[in-house]
Amino acid sequence: MDAIRALIVDDSSVMRKIVERSLRQAGLELSKVVEAGNGAEALAALGKETVDLILCDINMPVMDGLEFVKQLSTVENAKGVPVVMITTEGSETHVVQALSAGARGYIRKPFTPDQVKEHVLPVVGKKS
Amino acid sequence: MSTDTSLTTRSHQENWLPVLELAIEEVFQIMLGQRVTPAAPSDGHDPGGFTAMVGIAGALCGILTISCSKKAARDVAICMIGPEIADSEEQVSDALGEVCNMIAGNFKNKLSSASQSCMLSVPTVIKGEEYSYRSLADGEVLETVMLLNEDRLSVTLQLHS
Repeated sequence: MDAIRALIVDDSSVMRKIVERSLRQAGLELSKVVEAGNGAEALAALGKETVDLILCDINMPVMDGLEFVKQLSTVENAKGVPVVMITTEGSETHVVQALSAGARGYIRKPFTPDQVKEHVLPVVGKKS
Repeated sequence: MSTDTSLTTRSHQENWLPVLELAIEEVFQIMLGQRVTPAAPSDGHDPGGFTAMVGIAGALCGILTISCSKKAARDVAICMIGPEIADSEEQVSDALGEVCNMIAGNFKNKLSSASQSCMLSVPTVIKGEEYSYRSLADGEVLETVMLLNEDRLSVTLQLHS
């Protein structure tokens, strides 16, 4: 797979940087990284940008990650784009909610680079 | 590690403090590549140039705070994103808030009974030492001090009774 465009959604700019670094450490070549601080900003960004992968936190102000994933199906630009949740919310309830809403992967914080590799590479068509 | 610890029948101080300390150690080890170790509480006031707090609501209800000096908070940010980026107080606050968030999440995820039924707030970070706050979490208080290199990090979990 060629270089990919990623959307990273987290209310912490520090965490967005860490997620971007982890994607590169996992072996992904990123041609573009779009950042958003919450689900509403992410939806707005998807109105202007096309991406190949979305990494998304759950607990965020304005619009949380679960609501964002639910609304993604209405965004033409985002149809079929895999979403992986990266969150401190580790309960089975949240995992089931996220996967039911359309997320393809779920990573609990704190996370290792190997976990990013394991959960992200398969959804973008690479072997972990 | 998940701990099957009842929310109501065990002493929080006795059973949950080691879980809290493990949650802190894991966050620093995994996300910062740093080893922290429990330290003896000081007699005096630990430096609190930065204080981050995250609320916990649900079966487990309370507030988790982490407090440290300005230098320690900056070191945390540098470990997370590097010295060239962690040059603003905004980034330092963001980093400490996220560490607090991950400690709270990691702690509750280790308590099997709390993991399913608790939510976390987004973090709040206070800069400076001249402040006071009153939490409605009026129950037991778990406190620990961890050493990051030579800097003291004071972590407190105030529980609602």
